[in-house]
Amino acid sequence: MISRLWIAAALLCSPVCGGGELRFVLHHEPKTLNPLAAAEDAAETIRYLTGGVLIRLNRLTQELEPELAQSWKVSGDNKAITFQLRAGLVFSDGTQFTPVDVAFTVSQMLDPALHSPVADTFTVAGVAPKVSVDGPQTVTLTFGAPVAGKERLFDQLAILSARSPLKERASLGPFVLDSYKPGVELLLKRNPHYWKRDVAGKQLPYLDTIRIPIQANREIELNRFRAGELDLMNNIDPESYDRLAKAMPGVVHDSGPSTDVEFLWFNLAPSSPVPQYKKDWFQSAAFRHGISAAINREDLCRVVYRGHARPALGPFSLANKFWFNAKLTSQTFDPARGLKLLESAGFQKKGDVLVDRAGHPVEFSVITNTGNKARERMAALIQQDLQAIGIKLNIVTLDVPSLLERLTKSSDYEACLFGLTNVAADPNELMNVLLSSGRQHAWNPSQKTPATAWEAEMDSLLRAQASAGSRAKRKELFDRVQELMRREEPYLFLVNRNSLSAISPKVQGARPAAFYPQTFWNIERLSVK
Amino acid sequence: MPRRRAVSALLLFLTGAALTLLIAGFLGATLIRFGPGYETDERVLDARYSDATSNAIARENSKDANVLVFYGRYLTQAMHGDFGISRSYDVPVSELIRSRAGVTLWLLGEGLALGWILGLALAGAAAYFGWPLLNHSAEAVSAAAMSLPAAVFALLIFLARGPVFLVLAMAVFPRVFRYARDLFEQKGTEPRIEAARARGVAEAVIFVGYVMKPAWPPLLALAGVSFSIAFGALIPVEVVCDLPGIGQLAWKAALGRDLPVLVTLTLLVTAITVVVSGLAEWLGDPQHVPQQVPQHVPQQVRMDLAQ
Amino acid sequence: MRETPILIRHVALALLGLIFLAALNADWLAPAPYEQQFRAETNSRPSAKFLLGTDHLGRDRLSRLLYGTRVSLLLAPAASALSLGIALLAGGSAALAGGWWDRVMTAASNLFLSLPWLFLFLTVRSVLPLNTAPVTSILITFSLMGLLGWGAGARVVRASVLQIRNSPFALYARGFGCSPGRLWFRHLLPHLRTVLLAQFWISVPAFILGEASLGLLGLGVAEPMPSWGNLLKELQSAPAWNEYWVFAPVALLSTVMILFQLSRPVSQKVSPV
Repeated sequence: MISRLWIAAALLCSPVCGGGELRFVLHHEPKTLNPLAAAEDAAETIRYLTGGVLIRLNRLTQELEPELAQSWKVSGDNKAITFQLRAGLVFSDGTQFTPVDVAFTVSQMLDPALHSPVADTFTVAGVAPKVSVDGPQTVTLTFGAPVAGKERLFDQLAILSARSPLKERASLGPFVLDSYKPGVELLLKRNPHYWKRDVAGKQLPYLDTIRIPIQANREIELNRFRAGELDLMNNIDPESYDRLAKAMPGVVHDSGPSTDVEFLWFNLAPSSPVPQYKKDWFQSAAFRHGISAAINREDLCRVVYRGHARPALGPFSLANKFWFNAKLTSQTFDPARGLKLLESAGFQKKGDVLVDRAGHPVEFSVITNTGNKARERMAALIQQDLQAIGIKLNIVTLDVPSLLERLTKSSDYEACLFGLTNVAADPNELMNVLLSSGRQHAWNPSQKTPATAWEAEMDSLLRAQASAGSRAKRKELFDRVQELMRREEPYLFLVNRNSLSAISPKVQGARPAAFYPQTFWNIERLSVK
Repeated sequence: MPRRRAVSALLLFLTGAALTLLIAGFLGATLIRFGPGYETDERVLDARYSDATSNAIARENSKDANVLVFYGRYLTQAMHGDFGISRSYDVPVSELIRSRAGVTLWLLGEGLALGWILGLALAGAAAYFGWPLLNHSAEAVSAAAMSLPAAVFALLIFLARGPVFLVLAMAVFPRVFRYARDLFEQKGTEPRIEAARARGVAEAVIFVGYVMKPAWPPLLALAGVSFSIAFGALIPVEVVCDLPGIGQLAWKAALGRDLPVLVTLTLLVTAITVVVSGLAEWLGDPQHVPQQVPQHVPQQVRMDLAQ
Repeated sequence: MRETPILIRHVALALLGLIFLAALNADWLAPAPYEQQFRAETNSRPSAKFLLGTDHLGRDRLSRLLYGTRVSLLLAPAASALSLGIALLAGGSAALAGGWWDRVMTAASNLFLSLPWLFLFLTVRSVLPLNTAPVTSILITFSLMGLLGWGAGARVVRASVLQIRNSPFALYARGFGCSPGRLWFRHLLPHLRTVLLAQFWISVPAFILGEASLGLLGLGVAEPMPSWGNLLKELQSAPAWNEYWVFAPVALLSTVMILFQLSRPVSQKVSPV
């Protein structure tokens, strides 16, 4: 009888019942273990694994799912969200989870000394959100102004306990931090009080522990994976991917375009120390289109990314199923057309050199960050492409602080080759980049008033979509923003690289997605044989 | 040497060393502070941050903007063993260095030990036996060891999955081998060696007691220099092989413009250099050791001075 | 000083000269311009068309190796000469003057050996106009290395001068009323010739290696100009050992360094008077 029960339990149990220890690396130390202050990959990984959130974005379907909140309702004026929290949940140390914890978390997040990046996304029109506890399981957040799509932000807000003596170490997520040896590794163990269960009623997570060594060197990471010392690898570079695919074909996964985008832009800031005649070049849309047409994006994808990339069309890639504008057309490689566009802007090719109306040879520099192989190689390819139409491109690689100094302080650069990684799922999180007043509005940041008519148009479209009532309306408006960017090309979008990962055959339940954290977004359902 | 003279020489050395350290720390801080990108922060690339937060972060990063104020504060705190808080890691610098010192010291220890054992063994064998083949082979290995930058060696060792400390050993071995061999050979031509041979002392006893023993002081001086050499090779080795030691810390601190860490490490390296240089000079002082002649001095001059 | 057999020295010198000539005539010898990209043939194996294969951007490796060698072999001796000039001044004056000046120079050489000069390179790189030609940028890099690399040489010069300033011939000269200047130029400097030559010969490879190290850190020559530094960076992609052509820059650099050591000048017999 007992043996039959055991057999029945085994059969009922999902095939991925086994626990085990999962191992993958972080490429640098987390700068903080406070989930509210997490601002870089390593810290956000720890937050993802240990933090409980009210709403979770399913990385595969890209739809919002209830987590600690079993339901939520957005007010008619788009200013407030009311959450109905699940009852009976406790933190990893046994402390009760109540709406007070949500209120506490929000207040902690808003502490200016913390510099929480999440806090700024919650602050609308300079007004911090207000939290009210409306019932034993009900809490409401009211924002300063109506903003659509705010629910997605809660995917990044890990709830802290207001009463636990462990403070931020008390976790509502699937794992808790067990030990941390700086420079060496972190060890997470399963949260014994985690609230989620699988369909068979078994408590999640399946895994017993997660061991995360700190390993900056990607080659060492690759060797360790091949030796069986690691189970997952995220964001593999194309060369390593192909090598691994040859040696261990079943373990690699190309999940298609990631959310990352690489682009080049010209410095359009009027206050920059760039010579005026060059500023006149960069301001000309025909100049930018001409350059864009002369760049062979297919070669960038094929040579630099070994085919594991596709030409980029806008700020969002195909990975973002909802927001990507499928009507955008790609920029075809056509140097002859590029030259014609430049000629229409008053440029002329004299021998092998392109000159402007005043006779200045067209020569400019592009800065990018040293150590990023892909960008260095793309710059070299673009240099050759532009040489074919008589333009001399000087490549200057700088370390990141030096690069940031030029981009954000001195504005002393002509063009920059850079990119966005882990691009947010919602355009509202890119407002600082897209609005003309935005600090990260790379080509001409922090404008007091829009410098051009098209930027003014873009601003008004962005603001409209931010407060639009329906998602469909937002989509329509943001599609127009993308078309405008395609028309004016302040960013010459280059490539979206693919999301490449490797998963050991011992790992069960993995379904790699394009959105971060690609291989372990469903960490509570993974197990290791 | 009269005691008073020794004490005054020591005081002079310590004063000079302290002054050198002070200047080194200040110059290092100045170089870093006025280098490009000092006040920048990678967080500005995060699209979520508002203007106000970005400005607040920038204000925080510029709190050490005045080098003199920073250095004064740093020195005052350093007297109490507090070397500041790392900008990159947000932990006390002393804790950072302490947690990484083990890896570095172990690597240095293994590398130096192997380099010295190899160098001394081959130098001793070459000087004792005088076999041309042995000598030329050791010279070839020595030449090969000096033919590539430490970073490239580290890469090759890494690709071959070899022991990392080999890189440091290869950095140290040529210097030890050549200097020790020349020293042993030079010692072996001294008149007292001939006198010992004439008295019938065994060759092995001559080599150990009459050649190697008096060679220790200059070899000790070289020990200090070899420590400096190995330390210099540390950064590329730890960075390439991803070892969480002080070399890797120095590199990451350089990339992150981590002023407190870099000033502390500059002082550490300067202290080592000053001590090594002083030791080499003191041990090389003819007043208290048998006459040592650096290997680079022309043969004729050496012979003149030896008479 | 151990002397390399004359025959080996001459052979090494001849081989070095051959490599030097080949690099100097890269314009004639290189099968393709160093920047030309054969994009359909990236990462190709050695063949009749590409004797050392092509790199990740389809550029001929042999051409890039020839041009890269030219950069290093031409500029490293210049940097070495510059650093030696400063070393002679600093070390010589320290040994002759003695006293507080000696202590100042010793401290200065210690400082120059311990300060994080990487930041100076970063600063210089950063303040250079963005459209600086790669040739100018590499000239500045080597000049900087020369200006900063005198510390070790100064110690050697100082030790040598200390040894010979109290030698009989120097004492005789001073005893007979020789002025300090004449003593230096007429009596001491000739005795330093061999040391200086030896030091020059040692520091040329050191500067070549220095540039290679800077290149590995991304502070070397700008694209598309090749140098040993940025050629060696390919090793960071962890090629397989059977991709021997990728190791060609390592082999060449190693060979050149060994040849430099083998061809080190023989110490000449000098007269003590």
